[in-house]
Amino acid sequence: MSELLIKNAVVYDPINKVNGEKMDIAVKDGKIVDSIGNGADVIDAAGRLVYPGGVDAHTHIAGSKVNIGRIMRPDDSRLNNKPRTKITRPYTGYTVPNVYAMGYGYAEMGYTTAFEAAIPIMKARHTHEEFEEIPIIDKGGLTLFSSNWMVMDAIREDDLDRVAAYVAWGLEASRGWGVKIVNPGGGEAWGFGKNVAGLDDPVPNFEVTPRQIIRYLAEANEKLNLPHSIHLHCNNLGKPGNYTTTLETFDICKDIKPKRDRQAVHLTHIQFNAWGGNHWGDMESKGDVIAKYMNKNDHLTIDMGQLVFGSATTMTADGPVQYANAKLLKARWANGDVELEDASGVTPLSYHPESYIHGIMWAIGLELALLTEDPWKVLMTTDHPNGGPYVNYPDVVALLMSKKKREEAMAKIADLTFERTSIATIDRELDWYDIAIKTRAAHSKILGMVEYGKGHLGVGADADIAIYDLKPDETDATVEHEKVKAALRKAAYTIKGGEIVVKDGEITATPMGRTYWVKSTAPSDAHDRMMADLKLKFKNYYSVNFANYMVQDEYVHNPVIEECGYA
Amino acid sequence: MIIKDVICPFCGCLCDDLAVEVENNKVIDVKHACKIGAAKIRGHNRIEAPMMRESKTDEFREVSYDEAINEAAKIFVNSKRPLMYGWASGLCEMMKKGVLLAEEVGGILDNTASVCHGPSALGVQEKGIPTGTLGQFANRADVVIFWGCNPVQAHPRHMSRYSVFAKGFFTNRGRKDRKIVVVDVRKTDTAEMADEYVQVNPGEDYKLLAAFRAAVADKADVIPDTVAGVSKEKIVELAAAMKGAKYGIVYFGMGVTQTRCKYKNIDIAVSLTTDLNAYTKFSIIPMRGHYNVTGAGQVFAWETGYVNGIDMSRGAPYYNPGETCSNDMLMREELDSAFVIGGDAGAHFPAQSIAQMAKIPVIQVDPFHNPTTEMANIVIPVKVSGVELAGTAYRMDSVCLRMRKLVDVDFPSDEEVLDKILAKVKEIKGVS
Repeated sequence: MSELLIKNAVVYDPINKVNGEKMDIAVKDGKIVDSIGNGADVIDAAGRLVYPGGVDAHTHIAGSKVNIGRIMRPDDSRLNNKPRTKITRPYTGYTVPNVYAMGYGYAEMGYTTAFEAAIPIMKARHTHEEFEEIPIIDKGGLTLFSSNWMVMDAIREDDLDRVAAYVAWGLEASRGWGVKIVNPGGGEAWGFGKNVAGLDDPVPNFEVTPRQIIRYLAEANEKLNLPHSIHLHCNNLGKPGNYTTTLETFDICKDIKPKRDRQAVHLTHIQFNAWGGNHWGDMESKGDVIAKYMNKNDHLTIDMGQLVFGSATTMTADGPVQYANAKLLKARWANGDVELEDASGVTPLSYHPESYIHGIMWAIGLELALLTEDPWKVLMTTDHPNGGPYVNYPDVVALLMSKKKREEAMAKIADLTFERTSIATIDRELDWYDIAIKTRAAHSKILGMVEYGKGHLGVGADADIAIYDLKPDETDATVEHEKVKAALRKAAYTIKGGEIVVKDGEITATPMGRTYWVKSTAPSDAHDRMMADLKLKFKNYYSVNFANYMVQDEYVHNPVIEECGYA
Repeated sequence: MIIKDVICPFCGCLCDDLAVEVENNKVIDVKHACKIGAAKIRGHNRIEAPMMRESKTDEFREVSYDEAINEAAKIFVNSKRPLMYGWASGLCEMMKKGVLLAEEVGGILDNTASVCHGPSALGVQEKGIPTGTLGQFANRADVVIFWGCNPVQAHPRHMSRYSVFAKGFFTNRGRKDRKIVVVDVRKTDTAEMADEYVQVNPGEDYKLLAAFRAAVADKADVIPDTVAGVSKEKIVELAAAMKGAKYGIVYFGMGVTQTRCKYKNIDIAVSLTTDLNAYTKFSIIPMRGHYNVTGAGQVFAWETGYVNGIDMSRGAPYYNPGETCSNDMLMREELDSAFVIGGDAGAHFPAQSIAQMAKIPVIQVDPFHNPTTEMANIVIPVKVSGVELAGTAYRMDSVCLRMRKLVDVDFPSDEEVLDKILAKVKEIKGVS
């Protein structure tokens, strides 16, 4: 029966429309409550900034891709080492931290929930093995359906309910939270070293188009009444001129009616998909065009995929894009084809401000966030560790809050960047309320986690709370950006489920978090048709037997299961 | 009772279609497995009880588990540089516990890859690895190259399940849809059934791989008339076959990892594979031996950032192959005890290392008697994982599976033994 009172907090809780109000927060048994008795432990926030615990809706924290990144990069594991203490296991790594540093790093920044953005069903057990070892934070993951034979065969036969039945089964098999689509159809084409060129380019041997894959999965998503929308990585990522594909993709889900109070589609790391020009020589930003679309339409949300200069390890189920990256940069290349399901690739690289291409990418992420008027529509992410490691979030926040900070950064970036982007002309500076939206509230809402008490501090919410050593009343974030960055990097307190896990930026306790997943159901006739096809695929084409395929209960620790299905 | 879909705890194939007949808690029949897998599941040479001896020339005396575990803990506490080697014939749950113990005692954590596919890891660090799951190769690959490996002997069901005879979506005639090439120094049983056998001179694989790269890049004019014992004509012909593949796959073994040039062979083999992707799709994959040596690399990587040769003495993991792997340290005579679990140093280490191991206390945790037992001071028998214990293992293609328990036995699991040693170490050190 632990009780905690946080006094004199300056609270930003956008889901409950609390905007910088000075108030007390009461915590009992891991939840936010109205009031508590006199015996509670007290933290005097003394006018400091208090946010709900951070939520990251798109990050690569666990599984086969992350681990091949570690295996390939002992150079990275040499960075940021910290010996074990009585409380913590050793930290290693910057772009691909070990499991312990992964959890500690988030908690130190006041984050308490993170969702892994790509789980191949066949390798989901591995993802959960790492989840089990990532301390403190709550986790969930998005399951890949982008180039799946079961999905494509059902689409070709125009059997939407069978698609839905397979999505339900795949989410259960992988213990996933939502539907991830990466370069739809491209993973199958990559099986023979090809790619799909656009939304209407048929997938070889399957005779369905990327457009159909998106459309059917979006409809199946709503039939199953899933908490999250489809989560889409567009075709043609990383190619100059790709913004036209991106805009076309936005339109595909325009008339999808979400069953829940959320977007019809979330399009991820749009920075990588908002490129104009025809080749590397004339590449330019179309961030402004994308933002204009965002300002006119309400059916979609995006996240930034902000670039951070320095080392990154790119990892994605978009196999062909990683081959292209590795070839262009003569970099190490790991590819990971997954039979019947998808592709993937991992390539380490480094972003340099002297490169106008990297400068343009840096600018686009910021343009998306600053030119889109509604802060709820654009999440702050770096697509960790693709645009850069998540430990740089405080730096990105400082860029969003301070034009001065941006100007200081721009002074070091290749000049051509400013002819090809509008970043130098943008005056907007986000405030603490906007940042609360972009780093927790909107993440929770977009994922469908509000009702699970994430991303807000209303009564009944999880007592996941971040207190930062910064007084909003006394700090001018537009000028004192170094102070902002330092405060956000090391929280004064991180409270997870009512327990103090970080104090003065140091880990004080390492409880294990929960894993959220969705168990959904489709009509039984559709399920039966799907199972008949699935059994055939296992008999003829999978290298693992059906009986050994699904993730077992033993791998899902502290599970929280959302049950949903056809209305 | 017949237990179906059993996963075999022998080699990195992790065949998951075995049917094992169990009666009265005893395995009486193993179906679908290869001879080696079946033999392991049936059991043999079991160590029946914990044993200890002061001098390695003494006879062992049977002791209780508590006594053996207490003595093992004392050895750890009294060691400045304890080696903790093996970790390949066991489950991931055991490995995680091993990392924790290594942190507590400041041990050197090294797995059997050190004397097997360790050089492959170095090649991956240099160049990456374009690869995939075994089913991807079964469904698509029409050009299959076995380089320095002999699955007929070492991975007996590999060819029927994944690589040669397997029928897949794009390879529905199985063997007939594939061109099989074997590159080896001797005509192995695998070479006997290949379409092409390429006899490479011992220790000259690197040269041959370099020549293939030149031929693939259409630079055959720089290739001498013979390279590594193979004619230029043959090299050019095979390079054309590789480029003409719909999907090509290179399976490689210790014939390239543990011969001259070691990791450089893997470096250039990966480069060749990457080069070929400019023309078609090509992948490469190591043929891993112990059923869960892949898991050892995976677990160590996510827990410490490194796959093997991990020195925990600094409190944070430190890795420098050439300095921190078992044999580097044994040959420098730097280690003052050795803990061998789920691997057999005695059978696989070079003589100079073995001579050093003979001088220091050795603790063995294993179900089976093997050459390491001969130089051990403490022997702690445990359950046979995957037969008597359920848990996690990674197939050679890093696909993670859950091994089944088939029978119950009274032996403790290796994880339990590690847990008890850890508790005892903490007790002796007086830490909570």
